[in-house]
Amino acid sequence: MGYTFAVMSGEMGASARFVKASDQTLLVYMKESISPAASERVRKLLRLLELEPIAGIRNLHPGYRSVLVKFDAVRMGHEELEKVLQSYLVRVEDVTLPEARLVEVPVCYGGEYGPDLEEVAALHGMMAAEVIHLHTSVEYLVYFLGFVPGFAYLGELPKELVTPRLTTPRRKVPVGSVGIAGNQTGVYPFATPGGWRLLGRTPLEMFRADREGLSLLEIGARVRFTAIDAERFAELKRG
Amino acid sequence: MKTLRVVAPGFLTTVQDLGREGFGPIGVSATGAGDAVSLRAGNRLVGNPQGAAGLEMTLVGGTFEFPGGAVIALAGSEFGATVGGATVPAWTAVEVKAGQVLTLGPTQGGARSYLCVRGGIEVDKLLGSASTHILSGLGGMEGRALKREDVLRIGDAGEAGEGGGFTGRTVAGKPLEKLAARKVLRATEGPQSDWFPEPAQKVFYGSTYRVTEEANRMGLRLEGPAIGEGSHGEMITEGVSLGAVQITAAGLPIILFVEQQTTGGYAKIANVISADLHSVGQLRPRDEIRFEKVDWETARKLFIEQEELLASKELIDG
Repeated sequence: MGYTFAVMSGEMGASARFVKASDQTLLVYMKESISPAASERVRKLLRLLELEPIAGIRNLHPGYRSVLVKFDAVRMGHEELEKVLQSYLVRVEDVTLPEARLVEVPVCYGGEYGPDLEEVAALHGMMAAEVIHLHTSVEYLVYFLGFVPGFAYLGELPKELVTPRLTTPRRKVPVGSVGIAGNQTGVYPFATPGGWRLLGRTPLEMFRADREGLSLLEIGARVRFTAIDAERFAELKRG
Repeated sequence: MKTLRVVAPGFLTTVQDLGREGFGPIGVSATGAGDAVSLRAGNRLVGNPQGAAGLEMTLVGGTFEFPGGAVIALAGSEFGATVGGATVPAWTAVEVKAGQVLTLGPTQGGARSYLCVRGGIEVDKLLGSASTHILSGLGGMEGRALKREDVLRIGDAGEAGEGGGFTGRTVAGKPLEKLAARKVLRATEGPQSDWFPEPAQKVFYGSTYRVTEEANRMGLRLEGPAIGEGSHGEMITEGVSLGAVQITAAGLPIILFVEQQTTGGYAKIANVISADLHSVGQLRPRDEIRFEKVDWETARKLFIEQEELLASKELIDG
C-alpha cells in the first residue's frame, strides 16, 4: 500500500526508501533500524539539504533513521521531489559532517528534582548512587530533536539502566527535568506532559528564543551529564 | 500607532499567522492558524497580505476596544459579534470607529473565529512568524493566550490606511460554499497504512467518530469503534505530518493538528488532505465526523484548486 522506491548506488549501498506520508510530505527512510550509522546518514542528508537547499522544500523533520520532508505541493508532487532527492542520496556518503560539539549538562540528581530516581534504582536492584554513576558514565549522541522545541533524543543508555516509561504520563513535567525511557535519555526544555522517568534536573536552559541557534543541543552533538548538588544548581540557575 | 485593547479575552484567544516552517530540525512546530483558510480570506477582505497575523478565537469570543478605530473582518464561524449594538456578520469588512467596542459571544457554529484587522496584528516575530505555540510558550503575545488589558499594536496599512475602499467587502457566495468546513474529512493513506489490514481499514473508513473533549491545537482525540490492531512491526519515532491520523494502543484515532509535536511514535493509518485541514480547525467536542479515502492525485488537485481560489479575484465581492 505504501508507495516505495529504492535507490541503489552500487558499491556505496546508498539505498533509501521513500514513503508518501501526506499530500505535502515525503518520508525518506535512510535505514531500516536505529543505529549510530543510520543517524549519521540522516545527518548527512540534512547537511546536504542545508548546503544545497531544494526550492519548494518547506521543512525537514529528522527522526532516528528517517527524514520527513515537507514540500510545497502546488509547486511539486511526490515523484518530482523523489527524483531530485535521488540525486542527493547518491552523494550522501561523501558529505563531511562538522565536528560534533561535546556539551556538558550539569544535573542535580534525586530528591524533588529527580522524583523517580529511587524507583529506577529499586527496579534494577541497585543503589541510587549507582544509577547516577551509570547515567553520567557515557557520552550520548543527539539522534534528533523532536516532540517540543529543543528536546533532544539522546542515546544510548548503559544497558543496566534501560527502563520502561511510566504507565501513566505526568500531566506536567518541570522545566529542565532529566528523564529516561527505554534506552533513551533526554531533558525537558519546557513544562510539558511527559512519561519519561525523572532522575534529576538541570539548571541549563535547553531552548531560548533570544539565543543564537536557539536550542542548546543540535542533531549530532555529544552530551555528557555531570552530577552537581543543590547549592551548585541554585548558583547556576541564578547565572 | 493604532492599537487593540483586550477588554475580555474569550475562552482561548491567540495571535496566529500561517506559522513558522523550516525549524523542524530543532523540534520547533510550525503552529499557525487552525483554520488558515478563514484567516487568509479574512485578511483579503481588509486588504492585508493573506499571511498577516490576526486573532484566533476558540469556542467563546472576546471583547475588544479599538481606541483609534480600525477596519476589521471576522472570518470562520459566527460568534454573534456586535459593535455598538449592531450585528457584525462574518466574512464582511466593517469599519469600527475610534473608541468603539467589538463584542463576541459563544460560537453559533464551529470551533474558531478569526479577527482580522487592516494592517495586521503586530507582535515581535519569532523565527519569522507571529504565531503562538502555547505548549512551549513561544511566539505571539508573550507566548500565551491573550488576557484582559493586553494592548496589541495594529500594523500600518500604508497610504490606503483609512480603509474607505474596504468596508462592505464580502467573501462571494460560491467561493464561501466551496471553502465551507466539512464533517466528512477526506484523507490519503498514511505512512503505515499497510500495517492495518482490510477489516481495520473498513472500520476506519466506514465508521462515524466523535470528537472528544481532548481536542485542541495539538491534536483531536476521537472516540468510536476501535480499529483492530494489525501485525505491527516496531514503530520507530519519526517525523509526523500535519493532519496525520495516529492510531493509539486502544485502537482509536488522534488527528495531529497545528501545534503538533514534530516527531511521534504511533502508526499513522491515514492523513487528512491539505484542502480539508481548515475543516479540522472548525471541529468541536462531540462533533461527529467520518473519513473518506481519496487518492494522491485528487488530494493534490483539491489543494491546488483551494490555493487558486484563495488567491483569486472571484473570492471577494465589492
